[in-house]
Amino acid sequence: MTTKTLARAQDNTVLSIALAAMLGFGLLFVAGYAQAAMLHDAAHDQRHAMAFPCH
Amino acid sequence: MTNRLLTSGILAGAVAGVIAALLQFYFVIPVLLEGELFETGQMVHFAADGSPQSDRTEVSLGGEFGRHALTLGFNMLGYAGFGLLLVALMALAETRGLTTITPRQGLIWGLAGFIAVQLAPAIGLPPELPGTVGAEIGPRQSWWMATIISTAIGLWCLAFVKGPLALIGVAFLLAPHLVGAPHLDAYWGVAPPELAAEFATLSLGTAAAGWTILGFAAAWLWSRGG
Repeated sequence: MTTKTLARAQDNTVLSIALAAMLGFGLLFVAGYAQAAMLHDAAHDQRHAMAFPCH
Repeated sequence: MTNRLLTSGILAGAVAGVIAALLQFYFVIPVLLEGELFETGQMVHFAADGSPQSDRTEVSLGGEFGRHALTLGFNMLGYAGFGLLLVALMALAETRGLTTITPRQGLIWGLAGFIAVQLAPAIGLPPELPGTVGAEIGPRQSWWMATIISTAIGLWCLAFVKGPLALIGVAFLLAPHLVGAPHLDAYWGVAPPELAAEFATLSLGTAAAGWTILGFAAAWLWSRGG
């Protein structure tokens, strides 16, 4: 199991997919999730329009 | 592989974000701004004289270019995030030999994204006009996130699991709604219900367009790079 997991983790494809997904989550965190006041105000209209839970 | 993933996801997101923002400026933002008049008390529904009527006002976008530029920017950012996730899932399906991505198929991927990210969460937590008083933000964000993930898994099962086992997907689609979204035990709305309902449907409609474009563009860029 460990060897198998390790072998898969070393696979370039899986790493690339994971990287793209993590970057995607990062952008979404900033655009829709983070509650810092400045960020919230700047993203306000977009969050409402996209129905992110806003405040 | 990494380059192809990142460029497809981000470029598709930028294009979809610009188009979605333009649709929002025309359809959604004027209603949002009208909602803010009720949120701030500049307009009052069911005014003191007991009149059940409120005037409908045409709110223009006004001269707040900074505010609207931020809305455009954050739409591009948000859609780029969704674009990256969509392309990552497309690549996963392809490397697993489940399907070959074509631009036409991308339309379906985009619609599936719309269902998972917009429509399913909106069943429990409708898009909110500013001024809507909701339950605590923490539990709502958790339910929202869990619903997106559960719906995405459900759709993936229905699309790619072979045989009757694919019906497990239905359980994933239903589960968040059986649990139910967090709600308050009282109604607090200050805006007319017509306005709030209109905002919810306009928001969903523009998001459906944005997601369809995102799916098509992401699949087109992804399949070209291959």
